[in-house]
Amino acid sequence: MTDLTRLTIADARDRLKAREFSAVELTTSYLGAIDAANGALNAYVVVTADKALDMAKASDERLGAGKAGALEGIPLGVKDLFATEGVHTQAASHVLDGFKPKYESTVTQNLWNEGAVMLGKLNMDEFAMGSSNESSYYGPVVNPWKAEGSDEKLVPGGSSGGSAAAVAAYLCAGATATDTGGSIRQPAAFTGTVGIKPTYGRCSRWGIAAYASSLDQAGPIARDVRDAAILLKSMASVDAKDTTSVDLPVPDYEASLGQSLKGMKIGIPKEYRIEGLPPEIEKLWAEGMAWLKDAGAEIVDISLPHTKYALPAYYIVAPAEASSNLARYDGVRYGLRVDGKDIADMYEKTRAAGFGEEVKRRIMVGTYVLSAGYYDAYYLKAQKVRTLIKRDFETVFHAGVDAILAPITPSSAFAIGDKELAADPVKMYLQDVFTITVNMAGLPGISVPAGLDGKGLPLGLQLIGKPFEEETLFKTAHVIEQAAGTFSPKKWW
Amino acid sequence: MSVDLATVKRVARLSRIAVTDEEAERMMGHLNGILGFVEQLSEVDVTGVEPMTSVTPITMRLRADAVTDGDKADDIVANAPSTDQNFFLVPKVVE
Repeated sequence: MTDLTRLTIADARDRLKAREFSAVELTTSYLGAIDAANGALNAYVVVTADKALDMAKASDERLGAGKAGALEGIPLGVKDLFATEGVHTQAASHVLDGFKPKYESTVTQNLWNEGAVMLGKLNMDEFAMGSSNESSYYGPVVNPWKAEGSDEKLVPGGSSGGSAAAVAAYLCAGATATDTGGSIRQPAAFTGTVGIKPTYGRCSRWGIAAYASSLDQAGPIARDVRDAAILLKSMASVDAKDTTSVDLPVPDYEASLGQSLKGMKIGIPKEYRIEGLPPEIEKLWAEGMAWLKDAGAEIVDISLPHTKYALPAYYIVAPAEASSNLARYDGVRYGLRVDGKDIADMYEKTRAAGFGEEVKRRIMVGTYVLSAGYYDAYYLKAQKVRTLIKRDFETVFHAGVDAILAPITPSSAFAIGDKELAADPVKMYLQDVFTITVNMAGLPGISVPAGLDGKGLPLGLQLIGKPFEEETLFKTAHVIEQAAGTFSPKKWW
Repeated sequence: MSVDLATVKRVARLSRIAVTDEEAERMMGHLNGILGFVEQLSEVDVTGVEPMTSVTPITMRLRADAVTDGDKADDIVANAPSTDQNFFLVPKVVE
């Protein structure tokens, strides 16, 4: 029998409907794969095997009754940032020790309503703060990809590192993820998977542990563009519990695949040709342009002059919002408590023991930039710069550009425990140089695998679109995928 | 702008995070690195630019002023480290 975990969501969906195999068989295959691999990859922090089998059984009943949902019987992994009722939800942090919410996030509820099966909770950078998945309380995730001829363990990227690694290693058919500064797109690029951060407001943020509320957005990581389109369709919704979710119909994203690019204008931003960009990435970018041109699109040079200020503005706005959002973890209502001599001492000891180094750093930066006398110089200034960043995009879209093609990361996956990156937080922050502008402007962005570098590691390209025009991104990314092919790691685990 | 050790300790206090002297020292280096990095924003002319308040031009939806949730005290305290009769318990705050 073929290995069922190798099927895409689209294939598995069709074959489940044809009753070629059962949802229980499919889920059992995934549980077996997780069991065999998780010791080496550390992608899951919790596996909910019993729940998964119960959900799969229910799916089989609905399939038998002809009442199948859009994702009936499809086994998914859920980033630990999403609240899942009665199931471990800790944002990969010690501060939420033992937390099992009494409610379900809107995005995961939408998936279960369509018949999807939950395999477990996926590892991530603590509170989604990181670009390597090394800040998790549960230890780093190991990238299923290794450089050719090397045994060195590589990071899967972050913060959705567990999601990306699990999808790449066939430990789930697809996964939920979130992106505040690149946390879906960068790990997707490092693992040869497809990740889309939709427009701000497309998915409800309700039930997702907040990091930086004006930037956070949920999206899927999947093995190909079609699967990402299928997942986003079910994840997106308007939600009375999140006033920033938009009341716009959710299109059938899958239907946009295969549509022509004729007449489309693809912008190439000159500011993304940063100093030190590896020639391999430069070459891949040029290849991407050629593929889109061959498909009938027109390639035009554009300028987004405030690009270089997006990263510094982000490192004011995001920590400021984080310092406020993470104030709730105080040892009173949920999670860890470390006793102290009085209430303030209890707060301080709980938060000192509960938060990791990177989270503390961002809370403190945020507290500093919001403190008396500094608000105007830092936060207000950064929000004004953000207006300018958004205006850059509006100007090029107004001039007729339909989507922007850019690199996604300044390198392929790097080693776990990279000393240079560990010693200087700012160096790690530079990982997000190509992804962060999209969050600052609230736009949709998709990361699609486009090739391998000289070491045999995956590299991706990014497409950035107009607000709520995810369909344009799917159809354009699909053209890149058709030209580049898909990429899977060699199994070593 | 850079921060000294006393400022780091004051910010840690405001953040309600206990830090040892050694941690404060290390944090000072990292914080100054980050603050030095964001200093680049001083090059940008923002005269007459409105600060962003919302990335999408949405009007906040209003709903009827009615009770839509509640009556779940047990659920609310279920994850608390210390409770008594649906109250959260904390160390004594009033002598």
